[in-house]
Amino acid sequence: MFELLGIPPQALFGQLLLGLINGSFYALLSLGLAVIFGLLNIINFSHGAQYMMGAFVAWMLMTYAGINYWWALLIVPIVVGATGVVIERVMIARLYHLDHLYGLLLTFGLALIIQGLFRNQYGVSGLPYSIPTELSGGTNLGFMFLPNYRAWVVVASAVVCFGTWFAIEKTKLGAYLRAATENPTLVGAFGINVPRMITLTYGFGVALAALAGVLAAPIYSVNPNMGADLIIVVFAVVVIGGMGSILGAILTGFGLGIVEGLTRVFYPEASSVVIFVIMALVLLVKPAGLFGRTA
Amino acid sequence: MTTQSETGLVESAAVAPTVGTPRHHIIIFFTLLVLLLLAPFVLYPVFVMKVLCFALFASALNLLLGFGGLLSFGHAAFFGSASYVAAHAAKVWGLNPEIAILLGVGAAALLGLGIGALAIRRQGIYFAMVTLAFAQMVYFIAVQAPFTGGEDGIQAVPRGRLFGLIDLTSDLTLYFVVLAIVVAALLGIYRIIHSPFGQVLKAIRDNEPRSISLGYKVDRYKLAVFVMSATLAGLAGATKAIVFQLSSLTDVYWSMSGEVVLMTLLGGMGTVFGPLVGAAAIVTMENYLAGFGAWVTVIQGVIFVASVMLFREGIVGVLAKWLKKPL
Repeated sequence: MFELLGIPPQALFGQLLLGLINGSFYALLSLGLAVIFGLLNIINFSHGAQYMMGAFVAWMLMTYAGINYWWALLIVPIVVGATGVVIERVMIARLYHLDHLYGLLLTFGLALIIQGLFRNQYGVSGLPYSIPTELSGGTNLGFMFLPNYRAWVVVASAVVCFGTWFAIEKTKLGAYLRAATENPTLVGAFGINVPRMITLTYGFGVALAALAGVLAAPIYSVNPNMGADLIIVVFAVVVIGGMGSILGAILTGFGLGIVEGLTRVFYPEASSVVIFVIMALVLLVKPAGLFGRTA
Repeated sequence: MTTQSETGLVESAAVAPTVGTPRHHIIIFFTLLVLLLLAPFVLYPVFVMKVLCFALFASALNLLLGFGGLLSFGHAAFFGSASYVAAHAAKVWGLNPEIAILLGVGAAALLGLGIGALAIRRQGIYFAMVTLAFAQMVYFIAVQAPFTGGEDGIQAVPRGRLFGLIDLTSDLTLYFVVLAIVVAALLGIYRIIHSPFGQVLKAIRDNEPRSISLGYKVDRYKLAVFVMSATLAGLAGATKAIVFQLSSLTDVYWSMSGEVVLMTLLGGMGTVFGPLVGAAAIVTMENYLAGFGAWVTVIQGVIFVASVMLFREGIVGVLAKWLKKPL
C-alpha cells in the first residue's frame, strides 16, 4: 500500500470524500443564497432553517405517511418552497423599499421561530432517517470504500447545480431573470411581471435549500439545529466567492469543502476554522470575493 | 451587482440639531439614575446587574449600528472573549476584579481591531455576514482552546476585592460598582455620539460617497467606531463574567449576537435610550419565560419579525416621534 506524505490513502480519500459531501451542501446552499440575493438583494438568513425544514418534512413524510425518499426528493422542495412563496408575499415583499438590512433582520427572526418550533416539537437529540435501499451499501474502488449514498449526494447536487446554472445562464426565462437583476423597472416596462418573478425566485431558492435538506437527512441525523451552524459557514463561502456569479458560488462551495476535508487530514485542529481564515485572506487580497465584481 | 442603498436604515434619527445637551436628556438621565440607585432595594440586585450589563452591550452595538450604520452580527465575539479573559484572569491568575475587567476589555479591543480592519472592507449585508463568520470562528476557537473549559466554561470565578480593598461578595456592594461602570460607559457613549466625531459618523451613515467627497477618511472613522463598540461590548462581557462568576460558550455563540441586535432593534436603533429599554425588555422577558425552554427562541423570533414589520423605529423611536423630541 502506498502512502502520501505519511497519510494512509484510506484516510486521505475518506476525508476528501467527506469534504466533497460538505462541499455539495455548501454549493447547493450558497447557490440558493446567490439566486435569492441576485434578484431580491437580501440575504436569506432563514436559509439554514429552511434546509432543516427540508430534512424534517422528508422525515415526516416517511414517518407519518410512509412516503419514501424518492418521492420526498420531489415533494419536499415543492412544499417548503411554497412556504417560502408565502413568506415572500406576506412579509419580505413589504420591505423592498427599505434598507436591505431589514430583510436580513426579518429572515433572522423567521429562522429563530422555525428552529424554536421544531425544537419544541422534536427536541434536539436528532431523528434517524434511513438510506433508501437502492443506495445502501458501497463500492470498493480498490484504494477506498465508497458508500453509494455519498456518491449519489455528490452527483445529485452537481447535477442540480449545473441545471440551475444552465437555466439561469442559457434559457429565455433565465435571461428575463438576469435582466430583472440588472434593471427591474425596465424589465417591468416590457410587460414582464417582475413581482411574481421575484416571488418565484425566492420560492426556488428556498426549494434548493429544502432539497439539500432531503439529501442531508440520511447522512446527518435530522435535528432542529442542523442548519444553524452550517449556514454561517455558507455565509463565509458566499463572502469568499462573491455573489456576482452563479458558477462562482458552485465552484467555491465544492472547492472549500475539499479544502476543509484536506485540512482535516493534515491539521485537524484547524478544520473548523479554515474557511474563516480563507475568508480573512480573501478580504485582504480581493475584498469583492474571488468571483465577485467590485461594487 | 446592484448598488447598495446608502440610506434608510435608521429612519427615526432625522432630528433637528440641538446646541449643547438637550434639557430633557438631562432630566431622563437623572431620573434613571435615581431609579437605578433605588432598584437593588426593590428588585433582585443580580437581575438588575444583568439588565445593566446588557444595556451597555446593546448601547455599544447601537453606537456602531445606529450611528455608524454598520450592522455587526458578531458582537458576541467581543462580549464573550472579554468575558473569558476576565474570568481567567480573576480565577487562574487571581487578579483583582478591576484588573481582570481591564484585561478583558483590552482583549476585546484588540479583537475588534483585527476583525474590524477586515470587515470594513465590505459593506451592507456583506459586513453583517463577515462579522458573523468571524464571530463563529471565535466561537470554534473557544470550543477548542484549553483555557475556556469547553462545554463547562469557566465556573466559580471569584468576585474578589475591588482595588484589593472592597469585598465584592455582597450583591449590593457589587451592584453599585457595576452601576458606576455602566453609567460611566453610557455617558462616554453619549459623549461620543454628540462629539464632532459622532457627527461625521452620522454623515457617513447617511451618505458615504458624499462624506468621501468632503474629504473624510471614511474607513478610519468606521474602524474607530468599530473598535470603540467592540471595546464597550467587551466591558459589558467582562463585567458580566464577574457578576455571574461564570463565562461560557453561550457568551460567544451567534444567538448572543442576535439577542443584542434584537435589544437594539426593539428599543430603537439610533436613539440614546432605546438600547436600555430594549435590554430591559428582553432580559425581563427571558427571566419570566426561562421555564418554557425553546419558546424563548420562538418569542424572540416573533419580536424580531414584529419589530421589522410593524415598528422599525423601536419603542423609544416611536416615543420620540410622538413627543417630537430626540430621545
